[in-house]
Amino acid sequence: MSFAQPMATRRSSTGISTGKLAVWWVIVSEIVIFGGLLVSYILYRLYHDQWSSEAAHTSLIAGSINTFILLTSSLFVVLSHRAIEDKDPQKAFKYLWYTIFGGLGFLVVKSIEWTGEITHGFVMTKSLFWAFYYTAAGLHALHVIAGIIIMAIISFDIKKNKNLQRVEYIGNYWHFVDIVWIFLFPLLYIAK
Amino acid sequence: MSVNTTSQHYVKIWGLLLFLLVVSICGPLLGIKVVTLITAFGIAIVKAWLVAANFMHLNIEKKYIVYLLLSMIILMVLLFFGAAPDVMKPGGNNWERVSTTVK
Repeated sequence: MSFAQPMATRRSSTGISTGKLAVWWVIVSEIVIFGGLLVSYILYRLYHDQWSSEAAHTSLIAGSINTFILLTSSLFVVLSHRAIEDKDPQKAFKYLWYTIFGGLGFLVVKSIEWTGEITHGFVMTKSLFWAFYYTAAGLHALHVIAGIIIMAIISFDIKKNKNLQRVEYIGNYWHFVDIVWIFLFPLLYIAK
Repeated sequence: MSVNTTSQHYVKIWGLLLFLLVVSICGPLLGIKVVTLITAFGIAIVKAWLVAANFMHLNIEKKYIVYLLLSMIILMVLLFFGAAPDVMKPGGNNWERVSTTVK
Protein backbone atom coordinates (compact mmCIF):
# COMPACT_ATOMS: atom_id res chain seq x y z
CA MET A 1 0.00 0.00 0.00
CA SER A 2 1.41 3.43 -0.82
CA PHE A 3 0.16 6.90 -0.16
CA ALA A 4 1.15 10.29 -1.53
CA GLN A 5 1.47 12.05 1.82
CA PRO A 6 1.36 11.10 5.49
CA MET A 7 -2.18 11.47 6.82
CA ALA A 8 -1.07 14.00 9.46
CA THR A 9 -0.19 16.49 6.74
CA ARG A 10 -3.63 16.24 5.16
CA ARG A 11 -5.85 17.02 8.11
CA SER A 12 -5.98 19.24 11.14
CA SER A 13 -8.50 19.48 13.94
CA THR A 14 -6.80 22.44 15.64
CA GLY A 15 -7.20 25.09 12.96
CA ILE A 16 -3.50 25.20 12.11
CA SER A 17 -1.38 22.75 10.14
CA THR A 18 -0.04 19.75 12.03
CA GLY A 19 3.58 20.59 11.24
CA LYS A 20 3.24 24.13 12.57
CA LEU A 21 1.49 22.91 15.72
CA ALA A 22 4.31 20.41 16.25
CA VAL A 23 6.92 23.16 16.03
CA TRP A 24 4.96 25.26 18.54
CA TRP A 25 4.92 22.26 20.89
CA VAL A 26 8.68 21.96 20.51
CA ILE A 27 9.07 25.67 21.27
CA VAL A 28 6.82 25.37 24.31
CA SER A 29 8.94 22.52 25.66
CA GLU A 30 12.09 24.52 24.98
CA ILE A 31 10.65 27.40 27.03
CA VAL A 32 10.59 25.02 29.99
CA ILE A 33 14.15 23.84 29.31
CA PHE A 34 15.74 27.23 28.86
CA GLY A 35 13.35 28.87 31.28
CA GLY A 36 14.27 26.42 34.01
CA LEU A 37 17.96 26.99 33.40
CA LEU A 38 17.64 30.77 33.34
CA VAL A 39 15.34 30.90 36.37
CA SER A 40 17.89 28.83 38.29
CA TYR A 41 20.64 31.18 37.15
CA ILE A 42 18.67 34.27 38.19
CA LEU A 43 17.96 32.76 41.63
CA TYR A 44 21.62 32.05 42.25
CA ARG A 45 22.74 35.34 40.74
CA LEU A 46 20.48 37.33 43.04
CA TYR A 47 21.83 35.42 46.01
CA HIS A 48 25.49 35.70 45.03
CA ASP A 49 26.23 39.33 44.39
CA GLN A 50 29.92 38.47 44.17
CA TRP A 51 29.21 36.83 40.82
CA SER A 52 29.38 40.28 39.26
CA SER A 53 33.18 40.10 39.53
CA GLU A 54 33.13 36.82 37.57
CA ALA A 55 30.63 38.19 35.03
CA ALA A 56 32.94 41.15 34.41
CA HIS A 57 35.14 38.79 32.36
CA THR A 58 32.50 38.00 29.74
CA SER A 59 32.98 39.85 26.48
CA LEU A 60 30.28 42.49 25.91
CA ILE A 61 31.61 43.10 22.40
CA ALA A 62 31.30 39.43 21.41
CA GLY A 63 27.83 39.24 22.97
CA SER A 64 26.70 42.39 21.15
CA ILE A 65 28.03 41.16 17.81
CA ASN A 66 26.23 37.85 18.31
CA THR A 67 23.00 39.63 19.21
CA PHE A 68 23.26 41.71 16.02
CA ILE A 69 23.97 38.57 13.98
CA LEU A 70 20.98 36.68 15.39
CA LEU A 71 18.57 39.62 14.99
CA THR A 72 19.70 40.02 11.37
CA SER A 73 19.41 36.29 10.69
CA SER A 74 15.88 36.42 12.13
CA LEU A 75 15.09 39.12 9.57
CA PHE A 76 16.48 36.95 6.77
CA VAL A 77 14.44 33.90 7.75
CA VAL A 78 11.20 35.89 7.93
CA LEU A 79 12.04 37.41 4.52
CA SER A 80 12.48 33.83 3.30
CA HIS A 81 8.97 33.07 4.59
CA ARG A 82 7.71 36.21 2.86
CA ALA A 83 9.30 34.99 -0.40
CA ILE A 84 7.48 31.66 -0.07
CA GLU A 85 4.20 33.55 0.41
CA ASP A 86 5.09 35.50 -2.78
CA LYS A 87 5.59 32.14 -4.58
CA ASP A 88 9.32 32.78 -5.10
CA PRO A 89 11.14 29.69 -3.74
CA GLN A 90 14.45 30.69 -5.32
CA LYS A 91 14.47 33.95 -3.36
CA ALA A 92 13.43 32.03 -0.25
CA PHE A 93 16.39 29.67 -0.80
CA LYS A 94 18.74 32.65 -0.97
CA TYR A 95 17.40 34.21 2.25
CA LEU A 96 17.50 30.86 4.02
CA TRP A 97 21.20 30.58 3.22
CA TYR A 98 21.79 34.14 4.47
CA THR A 99 20.24 32.92 7.73
CA ILE A 100 22.49 29.86 7.75
CA PHE A 101 25.56 32.04 7.22
CA GLY A 102 24.36 34.21 10.11
CA GLY A 103 24.17 31.14 12.30
CA LEU A 104 27.66 30.08 11.24
CA GLY A 105 28.92 33.59 11.96
CA PHE A 106 27.40 33.35 15.43
CA LEU A 107 29.26 30.08 16.05
CA VAL A 108 32.56 31.56 14.80
CA VAL A 109 32.26 34.54 17.16
CA LYS A 110 31.30 32.22 20.03
CA SER A 111 34.32 29.98 19.29
CA ILE A 112 36.71 32.94 19.32
CA GLU A 113 35.12 34.26 22.51
CA TRP A 114 35.31 30.92 24.32
CA THR A 115 38.88 30.29 23.15
CA GLY A 116 39.88 33.60 24.73
CA GLU A 117 38.03 32.86 27.96
CA ILE A 118 39.30 29.29 28.30
CA THR A 119 42.92 30.27 27.63
CA HIS A 120 42.61 32.86 30.41
CA GLY A 121 41.45 30.20 32.85
CA PHE A 122 37.72 30.94 32.83
CA VAL A 123 36.62 27.34 32.42
CA MET A 124 33.41 25.56 33.39
CA THR A 125 34.83 24.26 36.62
CA LYS A 126 36.24 27.57 37.80
CA SER A 127 33.05 28.63 39.59
CA LEU A 128 29.28 28.12 39.56
CA PHE A 129 28.88 31.29 37.49
CA TRP A 130 31.05 29.85 34.71
CA ALA A 131 29.26 26.49 34.95
CA PHE A 132 25.98 28.31 34.33
CA TYR A 133 27.54 30.46 31.62
CA TYR A 134 28.92 27.57 29.56
CA THR A 135 25.83 25.40 30.13
CA ALA A 136 23.36 28.08 29.05
CA ALA A 137 25.39 29.45 26.14
CA GLY A 138 26.46 25.96 25.11
CA LEU A 139 22.91 24.61 25.10
CA HIS A 140 21.89 27.61 23.03
CA ALA A 141 24.76 27.02 20.60
CA LEU A 142 23.65 23.38 20.18
CA HIS A 143 20.21 24.69 19.20
CA VAL A 144 21.83 27.04 16.70
CA ILE A 145 23.70 24.09 15.15
CA ALA A 146 20.50 22.03 14.96
CA GLY A 147 18.68 24.95 13.34
CA ILE A 148 21.43 25.40 10.75
CA ILE A 149 21.34 21.72 9.79
CA ILE A 150 17.54 21.68 9.47
CA MET A 151 17.50 24.90 7.47
CA ALA A 152 20.06 23.51 5.04
CA ILE A 153 17.96 20.38 4.50
CA ILE A 154 14.79 22.43 3.99
CA SER A 155 16.56 24.82 1.59
CA PHE A 156 17.30 22.00 -0.88
CA ASP A 157 13.68 20.90 -0.77
CA ILE A 158 12.32 24.37 -1.45
CA LYS A 159 14.75 24.81 -4.33
CA LYS A 160 12.89 21.90 -5.95
CA ASN A 161 9.58 23.57 -5.05
CA LYS A 162 8.80 20.94 -2.40
CA ASN A 163 7.55 21.27 1.20
CA LEU A 164 7.48 25.06 1.05
CA GLN A 165 5.49 25.26 4.32
CA ARG A 166 8.59 24.10 6.22
CA VAL A 167 10.24 27.50 5.81
CA GLU A 168 7.67 28.94 8.21
CA TYR A 169 8.23 26.06 10.63
CA ILE A 170 12.01 26.40 10.80
CA GLY A 171 11.56 30.16 10.84
CA ASN A 172 9.52 29.93 14.04
CA TYR A 173 12.19 27.68 15.57
CA TRP A 174 14.94 30.13 14.59
CA HIS A 175 13.04 33.09 16.05
CA PHE A 176 12.75 31.19 19.30
CA VAL A 177 16.52 30.57 19.31
CA ASP A 178 16.89 34.34 18.79
CA ILE A 179 14.52 35.12 21.67
CA VAL A 180 16.48 32.85 24.02
CA TRP A 181 19.64 34.77 23.13
CA ILE A 182 17.79 38.07 23.67
CA PHE A 183 17.42 37.01 27.31
CA LEU A 184 20.81 35.32 27.65
CA PHE A 185 22.64 38.44 26.47
CA PRO A 186 21.65 40.78 29.32
CA LEU A 187 21.87 38.01 31.93
CA LEU A 188 25.38 36.86 31.02
CA TYR A 189 26.96 39.92 29.39
CA ILE A 190 25.30 43.07 30.70
CA ALA A 191 24.51 42.27 34.34
CA LYS A 192 28.01 42.91 35.66
CA MET B 1 -2.49 31.13 7.40
CA SER B 2 -1.41 33.56 4.76
CA VAL B 3 0.83 36.42 5.81
CA ASN B 4 0.15 39.78 4.22
CA THR B 5 2.92 41.71 5.96
CA THR B 6 5.33 43.40 3.57
CA SER B 7 9.12 43.01 3.61
CA GLN B 8 9.38 46.68 4.50
CA HIS B 9 7.52 46.07 7.76
CA TYR B 10 9.99 43.35 8.75
CA VAL B 11 12.96 45.62 7.97
CA LYS B 12 11.40 48.38 10.12
CA ILE B 13 11.00 45.96 13.03
CA TRP B 14 14.62 44.85 12.55
CA GLY B 15 15.74 48.48 12.65
CA LEU B 16 13.80 49.02 15.87
CA LEU B 17 15.37 45.89 17.37
CA LEU B 18 18.86 47.18 16.55
CA PHE B 19 18.05 50.56 18.11
CA LEU B 20 16.84 48.83 21.27
CA LEU B 21 20.02 46.72 21.26
CA VAL B 22 22.14 49.89 21.28
CA VAL B 23 20.04 51.36 24.12
CA SER B 24 20.35 48.16 26.15
CA ILE B 25 24.15 48.24 25.76
CA CYS B 26 24.51 51.94 26.56
CA GLY B 27 22.04 52.08 29.46
CA PRO B 28 24.16 50.07 31.92
CA LEU B 29 27.19 52.25 31.12
CA LEU B 30 25.54 54.97 33.22
CA GLY B 31 26.14 52.80 36.26
CA ILE B 32 22.69 53.36 37.79
CA LYS B 33 21.14 50.06 38.89
CA VAL B 34 17.52 50.96 38.09
CA VAL B 35 18.50 52.21 34.63
CA THR B 36 20.43 48.97 34.03
CA LEU B 37 17.42 46.89 35.05
CA ILE B 38 15.08 48.83 32.79
CA THR B 39 17.37 49.09 29.77
CA ALA B 40 18.91 45.62 29.91
CA PHE B 41 16.00 43.48 31.07
CA GLY B 42 13.00 45.62 30.28
CA ILE B 43 14.23 46.09 26.73
CA ALA B 44 14.90 42.35 26.44
CA ILE B 45 11.21 41.73 27.14
CA VAL B 46 10.20 44.35 24.55
CA LYS B 47 12.57 42.87 21.95
CA ALA B 48 11.29 39.35 22.61
CA TRP B 49 7.72 40.58 22.21
CA LEU B 50 8.58 42.37 18.93
CA VAL B 51 10.16 39.19 17.51
CA ALA B 52 7.30 36.99 18.73
CA ALA B 53 4.51 39.26 17.51
CA ASN B 54 5.98 40.35 14.16
CA PHE B 55 8.48 37.70 13.04
CA MET B 56 6.68 34.67 14.52
CA HIS B 57 3.33 36.23 13.55
CA LEU B 58 1.79 35.68 16.95
CA ASN B 59 -0.23 38.84 16.34
CA ILE B 60 -2.24 36.96 13.71
CA GLU B 61 -1.79 33.38 14.95
CA LYS B 62 -4.53 31.36 16.63
CA LYS B 63 -5.02 32.65 20.17
CA TYR B 64 -4.54 29.27 21.83
CA ILE B 65 -0.88 29.29 20.73
CA VAL B 66 -0.40 32.50 22.70
CA TYR B 67 -2.15 30.91 25.71
CA LEU B 68 0.13 27.86 25.40
CA LEU B 69 3.25 30.03 25.48
CA LEU B 70 1.98 32.18 28.33
CA SER B 71 1.14 29.12 30.40
CA MET B 72 4.76 27.91 30.11
CA ILE B 73 6.04 31.33 31.14
CA ILE B 74 3.68 31.26 34.13
CA LEU B 75 5.19 27.88 35.06
CA MET B 76 8.63 29.50 35.01
CA VAL B 77 7.41 32.28 37.30
CA LEU B 78 6.02 29.62 39.64
CA LEU B 79 9.37 27.83 39.54
CA PHE B 80 11.12 31.05 40.52
CA PHE B 81 8.87 31.81 43.48
CA GLY B 82 8.68 28.17 44.50
CA ALA B 83 12.43 27.73 44.64
CA ALA B 84 13.38 31.24 45.77
CA PRO B 85 12.90 30.73 49.53
CA ASP B 86 15.18 27.67 49.50
CA VAL B 87 17.88 29.35 47.45
CA MET B 88 17.84 32.83 48.86
CA LYS B 89 17.05 32.49 52.54
CA PRO B 90 19.57 31.25 55.13
CA GLY B 91 16.87 29.43 57.05
CA GLY B 92 13.23 29.20 57.98
CA ASN B 93 11.03 28.19 60.90
CA ASN B 94 12.03 24.55 60.74
CA TRP B 95 15.25 24.50 58.74
CA GLU B 96 18.63 26.10 58.47
CA ARG B 97 20.96 26.22 55.49
CA VAL B 98 23.96 24.10 56.34
CA SER B 99 26.15 23.95 53.28
CA THR B 100 29.53 25.01 52.08
CA THR B 101 29.69 28.45 50.58
CA VAL B 102 28.95 28.29 46.88
CA LYS B 103 31.66 30.05 44.89
